[in-house]
Amino acid sequence: MYPFRFQRPLSETETYTALTSSPTARAIAGGTTLVDLMRDTVERPDLVVDINPLPWRAVETTGRGLRIGALARMSDVAATPGLAASHRVLVEALLASAAPQIRNMASIGGNLMQRTRCPYFRDPAVSQCNKKTHNAGCAAIGGYNREHAIFGTSDQCVATHPSDLAVALLALDAQLVLRSRNGERRSMLEEFMLLPGGTPMREHDIIPGELIAAVEIPANALGRQSRYIKIRDRGSFEFALVSAAVALDMRGGTVHGARIAVGGVGTKPWRLRQVESALVGFPINEDRLNLAMNHVAIGAKPLAENGFKVELLKRTLKRTIHEAGAIA
Amino acid sequence: MSGPTTQSPPEKPMIGIGLLRVDGRRKVTGAARYAAEFLVPNQPNGQNLAYAVFLGADIARGSIATIDITKAEQADGVVGILTFKNAPRLHDAASVKGVADPKSGSRLVPLQDEHVRFFGQPVALAVARTLEQAQHAASLIEVQYKAEAPSIDFDTATPRHVGNTSHGDAEAAFAQAAAKIEATYDIARENHQPMELHATLAEWQGEKLTLHEKTQGVVNTAEIVAAQFGLKPEDVTVISPFVGGAFGSALRVWPHTIMAAMAARQFKCPVKLILSRRQMVTSVGYRPRSRQKVRLGADANAKLTAIIHEATGETSSFETYVENVLTSTGFLHNCTNVATRYSTVALDTGTPTPMRGPGVSTGLYALESAMDELAYAAGIDPIELRLRNEPDKDLAKNLPFSSRATKECYRIGAQRFGWSKRAAQPGTMRDGHWRLGYGMATATYPSNQDKADVRVIFDIGGTVRVETAASDIGPGTYTSLTQIASDNLGIGIEHITVDLGDTRFPKAPSEGGSKTLATAGSATLAVCRDARQQLAALVGEENVADPPKWRAIFRRQGKRQLVVTGGSATADSREGFSCNAFGAIFAEVAVDADTGQIKVRRLTGVYGLGRIVNPRLTRSQVLGGMMQGIGMALLERTRLDPRFGNPTDGNLADYLIPVCKDAPLVDIVFVNEDDPHVNPLGVKGVGEIALCGIAPAIANAVYHATGKRVRALPILPENLMA
Repeated sequence: MYPFRFQRPLSETETYTALTSSPTARAIAGGTTLVDLMRDTVERPDLVVDINPLPWRAVETTGRGLRIGALARMSDVAATPGLAASHRVLVEALLASAAPQIRNMASIGGNLMQRTRCPYFRDPAVSQCNKKTHNAGCAAIGGYNREHAIFGTSDQCVATHPSDLAVALLALDAQLVLRSRNGERRSMLEEFMLLPGGTPMREHDIIPGELIAAVEIPANALGRQSRYIKIRDRGSFEFALVSAAVALDMRGGTVHGARIAVGGVGTKPWRLRQVESALVGFPINEDRLNLAMNHVAIGAKPLAENGFKVELLKRTLKRTIHEAGAIA
Repeated sequence: MSGPTTQSPPEKPMIGIGLLRVDGRRKVTGAARYAAEFLVPNQPNGQNLAYAVFLGADIARGSIATIDITKAEQADGVVGILTFKNAPRLHDAASVKGVADPKSGSRLVPLQDEHVRFFGQPVALAVARTLEQAQHAASLIEVQYKAEAPSIDFDTATPRHVGNTSHGDAEAAFAQAAAKIEATYDIARENHQPMELHATLAEWQGEKLTLHEKTQGVVNTAEIVAAQFGLKPEDVTVISPFVGGAFGSALRVWPHTIMAAMAARQFKCPVKLILSRRQMVTSVGYRPRSRQKVRLGADANAKLTAIIHEATGETSSFETYVENVLTSTGFLHNCTNVATRYSTVALDTGTPTPMRGPGVSTGLYALESAMDELAYAAGIDPIELRLRNEPDKDLAKNLPFSSRATKECYRIGAQRFGWSKRAAQPGTMRDGHWRLGYGMATATYPSNQDKADVRVIFDIGGTVRVETAASDIGPGTYTSLTQIASDNLGIGIEHITVDLGDTRFPKAPSEGGSKTLATAGSATLAVCRDARQQLAALVGEENVADPPKWRAIFRRQGKRQLVVTGGSATADSREGFSCNAFGAIFAEVAVDADTGQIKVRRLTGVYGLGRIVNPRLTRSQVLGGMMQGIGMALLERTRLDPRFGNPTDGNLADYLIPVCKDAPLVDIVFVNEDDPHVNPLGVKGVGEIALCGIAPAIANAVYHATGKRVRALPILPENLMA
């Protein structure tokens, strides 16, 4: 740990003023990721701004669909009455995340802003990390990379996005409500999360002083028939080796609409549109699934230790589609 | 609390009862204090307290070129900074070997020179008024290194032969064997990862030093620290009443303990040093990565004719750590031709240290996996193979066993587990998309006993204190010694307090190697019997069990206390016997046919452990060992990046240990075993054997489930994706 300033503004305006008063200011909600990173000095904000006084905790149905306040706690959202029926994939992804104690603290907005588990990124003694320092190199590419990404990587960074929630939200076409002193804007989650490319330090389409205020999920038929399956090394409190979020709109035994997002494999939550297309218009059966799985590995770039993720992803996804399709 | 009014000893013996932990309330209410919890700033003398945080090297080999402490010294709250340039020179105490110090090489004495021998080695110490100030000051120390390419890779480094054993002619017998198994098994490096972080609080008064310390042996800590500082051992007081798990990591005196004492002397204030979780991975030892080659030869009836067991383990560049990987190979099964050979690979890393079931659990993984392979090759049941090779004596030592319950363990275990439902053909049992497998292994660990002293103090107020320097790192030594004292004093447990973990108490060895109950327990038994006679002579036989009556008698005799001190040495009855605990482990696993995910569904452990002093605590010990065995089999590994030498699993999010959801259904049974030879109490230690045999039973079950033999731990899902 190192000396830093802490502020707890009571109004939204004062919060934006505080957040823009220093170039390294960071917002804190649950603190489950920021505090870890500060202890390891990987994040070194000189000012930490507590945003918990902001009134962004509600989970509600609006004209646009489901709206989840960014400061709602993961465990509270997971326990929202009726949500398991209307958006099963969301509840399953929340409950597959971390451990109960962490879910009680962690906010929805903070979950989406959490940073990679790449051990080289998190080890303060390792300097070869382009996410930490511009053009410092990537220790993971030539090192241990079993847990790293196969999609969306660049020669600068192969770190996986760790969130389960983001994968489920991607399968639900979620968009984010972003607020700042300049007002409010919306951003599709898929566009909000950035590929590392040549700038792995820049992970989100967000400007200084801007906050995620809410997540919005459009009202449609996709949430009801949805599943999240996570494969991990131990039973709980562990990030995904691979995970799959599947949301289906089934009409008369045929797939009318499908959204498929996968986790543990991408530098950001990864949408598999070609697999979706291969399902639409057909009933779910073994032959159709096998055909669809031919599209899973398109663009995959396995590293030395994570080649198994391609096959593991196919098998996990196949099972998830099966189980989503089987929901009556 | 009213005492018993009967004049006879308590009717029911306390030994054998599942008494709740006598310190349980203190532990769950926070009243039990651990090393880092002593002396806080609002206590007397606490205002003066300083915190120390060390900076670890971020290279694995080389030397310090320059070290600049200017910025660190100017940081808020800093008391001082120590580096090799200004730290006091300590005594060369390399010849003073402590518990778990390797025989060959010298322990690392911190801040004595510019050399860097491993990643994370302390290179500077920041001392400040608060923990956070010390952390920050440490980060401001600027070190430039002359780095050299480190040797980190176990696979490419050259092994060095350190020792071998043999009986018979194993090579010749193997050459002629009708059936042969030849296989190589790997185990990843593992870290102990106890819940409690290692911590030291050091305070000097003149030339006398007091340490509140996380240690498995206060006497050993005092001796080593005294030698390094040139003190008499009696001038070092070590206090360690409670230890939040250690598994071997607190057997040695590590550099952080020395540094805390150094800083406390240099800056003339009490100094507290707590390792961070990340520092735990490089600062307090580990189970060495190992590779074992096993060759088994058998005749046409599947009777063993040859065992050749070779092991290689990692060690550091400055100490040669050797562990007992191969000791059970000579006696576990009946074979007249056995050869073993141990080698080390010296790497630029810290020195390994014993970790639960040290050596033996490593060796059993390979030996019991190879036995399983032989059973399939010979087409017989793994239990039948073991029954055909059941020895009637220890062929390595040529001695009878003091007791050996293997056959009963196989029989009871097979029956309780439902072994008969096992399909002979691997890969044929299914439950939906899960492939099911049954596996078993034999477990053993030496049953040692050492010398210990105990003091019994009868007080005029009607209380009894039993004191010994032995530790309780979690098995429940406070409770078991209370039970032993009660039975042998003939006084109810409500009058008895056991005090442990303090060098001001009579000497006892470190709690390691599963010998504390045999050692401190036997000493408690002997001293309590003697003390009872002395008490009876003082207060009269009829008043021994009625402490409230002592006051008047003590007062008449002009006494406030009766103090009886004594001890016991290794029992003569052990002479001429091979003393070991044995057991049989059965595992059911489910392997996801698609994803390779592995779940341990059931574990059955049946053990011969001599007399069970407290069945509840013994079961608890075994339960913990089983969970740790799941970790060894399926989860735990520390990998050093060969380029930098840094552990890439430096926290509990990346170093995976089992969680509740990984816990299987567990069945634990202790067979009746009366061992008159092993020690006067007739007990066998539990801590180590609880881990031994779990990993091979699980690995064998994984093979039975899948038909795929994975010969490396941990077994990962990608190993099993068909």
